[in-house]
Amino acid sequence: MIPFWAVVLIKSALLLFVVVTTFAYAMLVERKVLGWMQLRPGPNRVGPWGLMQPAADAAKLILKEDLTPKTADPLIYRLAPFISLLTAFSVYAVIPFGASADQGTWAIGNPNAGILFVLAIASIGIYGISLGGWASGSKYPLLGSVRATAQMISYELAMSLSFVGVLILAGTTSLDGIVNAQARWWFVLPQFVGCVIYVITAVAETNRAPFDLVEAETELVAGFHTEYSGLRFGLFFIAEYVNMLTVSCIATLLFFGGWNAPFGLAMVPGVVWFVLKVACFMFFYMWLRATLPRLRYDRLMAFGWKVLLPVATLNLVVTAIIVAYKG
Amino acid sequence: MRKRLYNVGAILKGLSITFGFMFRKRPTIEYPSVKKQHAPRFHGLHELRRYEDGKERCIGCELCSSACPANAITVIGAENAPGDRRSPGERYAARYEIDELRCIFCGMCEEACPTDAIVLTPRFEMSDLRRGSLIYSKERLLVPPEAGVGRAPDERPGGIPGDLGRVAEIKSTMDVAQGYSATWRGNILKTQRKGLTMIEPSRENGA
Amino acid sequence: MTAFWVLSVILIASAIWTISARKPVYSVVALLLNFAALAATYLTLSAEFLAVMQIIVYSGAILVLFVFVIALLSSGVAPFAAGPNRLPKAITPAIFVVLAAFGFLYYALKSVTAASIGAAGQAVAPIGAVGTADVFGSVADFGRALFTVWLLPFEVTALILMVAVIGVVLLAGDRAPYVATPRRARQVEREMREAILRGGE
Repeated sequence: MIPFWAVVLIKSALLLFVVVTTFAYAMLVERKVLGWMQLRPGPNRVGPWGLMQPAADAAKLILKEDLTPKTADPLIYRLAPFISLLTAFSVYAVIPFGASADQGTWAIGNPNAGILFVLAIASIGIYGISLGGWASGSKYPLLGSVRATAQMISYELAMSLSFVGVLILAGTTSLDGIVNAQARWWFVLPQFVGCVIYVITAVAETNRAPFDLVEAETELVAGFHTEYSGLRFGLFFIAEYVNMLTVSCIATLLFFGGWNAPFGLAMVPGVVWFVLKVACFMFFYMWLRATLPRLRYDRLMAFGWKVLLPVATLNLVVTAIIVAYKG
Repeated sequence: MRKRLYNVGAILKGLSITFGFMFRKRPTIEYPSVKKQHAPRFHGLHELRRYEDGKERCIGCELCSSACPANAITVIGAENAPGDRRSPGERYAARYEIDELRCIFCGMCEEACPTDAIVLTPRFEMSDLRRGSLIYSKERLLVPPEAGVGRAPDERPGGIPGDLGRVAEIKSTMDVAQGYSATWRGNILKTQRKGLTMIEPSRENGA
Repeated sequence: MTAFWVLSVILIASAIWTISARKPVYSVVALLLNFAALAATYLTLSAEFLAVMQIIVYSGAILVLFVFVIALLSSGVAPFAAGPNRLPKAITPAIFVVLAAFGFLYYALKSVTAASIGAAGQAVAPIGAVGTADVFGSVADFGRALFTVWLLPFEVTALILMVAVIGVVLLAGDRAPYVATPRRARQVEREMREAILRGGE
């Protein structure tokens, strides 16, 4: 019998490898997809079909000079990328990629408050961006971080509320339990509104187009990471993609049945289904980025507070009434 | 206004367009490995031609130099020595230099030349590491005797220089985007719709 | 027990850092560390839901607003200016308050037992490993307690928060919202002109 701590350690190492590799190729796929949608071939110089591009990018980022502006706050400037990355990776401690069996679980831990844990960690993730932007000591990063903070607060509320409908239906906060409750019907059907709200807020949470005001190139140069270079910038970059992967995983778990096979195609293992669903979501986010222009900031806030939040609340109330009436 | 702000239909339409574009043929020419076919009279690197008997066409008249709007050409003529005639005329170019960094590739030298000595070839890959080496001397401009005499633009068949490797069939981005199939050679373009006609290069050459 | 001591040291050190830091942002970072350590302490006490809520509510929402305000107000990296030394004046009442707090804590710990919690009418869930369902401190257990035994305090808290929200709206929105009608525009223009004239006197 392998001791508990060894299991955790092995799982963590594997997970780190999987997530980092996924990040590297998600980045490549995004560049490819964006290229195709813009009638370009995308990166194809390094290795066959550009498959070694992530390695080349990593080498480039590592070799670049690591600059700290004179006006920056040195401690927090250096701390911020690590906060971003740490929170981005921590979420994977509880994300189950497949059904748990007697032999153990896929996730490192399977807490009863799984989905709340995810929310908690995600809510800390914002510190990397807002502190990093503030500590850069120049105006564009500061504006970026102020935007990030405001956007985060506005959209996290609607996001949490969109979760609650699912929690009411599943009757549990454990991610395992939520997926098992979707054995027959995926929650995207009864919780369609919640799902749409989640998908929208998830884009805002990960600061991606069309809600990428935090790093809007046209107005803010690069937003919160204007001053960052080299590996520190790379850490923010990794965090962004890992967060994208996280929200895709959560969407799959909460609304699209996790590892449950669709149409009774149970001969394919659940993990494969999970990965496929997550990949679809990742593609969807890239697709959105290639399609939609950036929202204006006031409209972003108005949309969050005046549309998403009321609709999410209404969805929650209606779900609660129906569940109470039926059950 | 609200209706326009949250127009879901428009978003879906946009998504369908970008999705469709993923499967369109891409107009990209992957340059170093695939090279573009140029128009027959593409203005590239200069060349000093010779006659069939190996004599230089240039007679050192400096008309190209004075025609050059960028002052890129320096010509210093000299009398032909009786025993060693470099050109059929009285004079030849003792020095002939073109600063390719100044040159704007307008082709005025070509037009000014009374003996069709200076021509612009379709060669365009002349980047270098030093500015000095982009001032082409006569030795570099003159067609080497073993390479023939050089061809005037209107004698060139397709404008495809021999050393350019694989040649791509060109579609402009707009053409691909709008589903046009016009190429540089197939020429009945949709531009005709706008009252413009494109004349096929070979026919123009023959005229 | 080791965990308790380690966390205690982190908690106290970060709390001291919070109040002694010269730069407001350092205070926020220290407070963030403090909240994280507090959440971990809750976990050692099997209060899983409380730990998660500590992070979501305090670190994820309230402290983010602190950062927002600091970023907006003191955009420079300049530290606080040192104010007058209030320690001599404050030391006596501070000691008094601390002693009173410890006395209260001692009394509370002596009088409260597991039996007395059970006597409050609540079916105490068994204490189990963190992360399992239906044990003390789990989401279900917490919810059950909140909406049965402690419903009245819970609703009163909600009401107090609502009062605070209404108060903020009243304080911040004491003027009618700006509506761009011609009449309103003329009025604003007149007010501005008058203000300029008054300033000129």
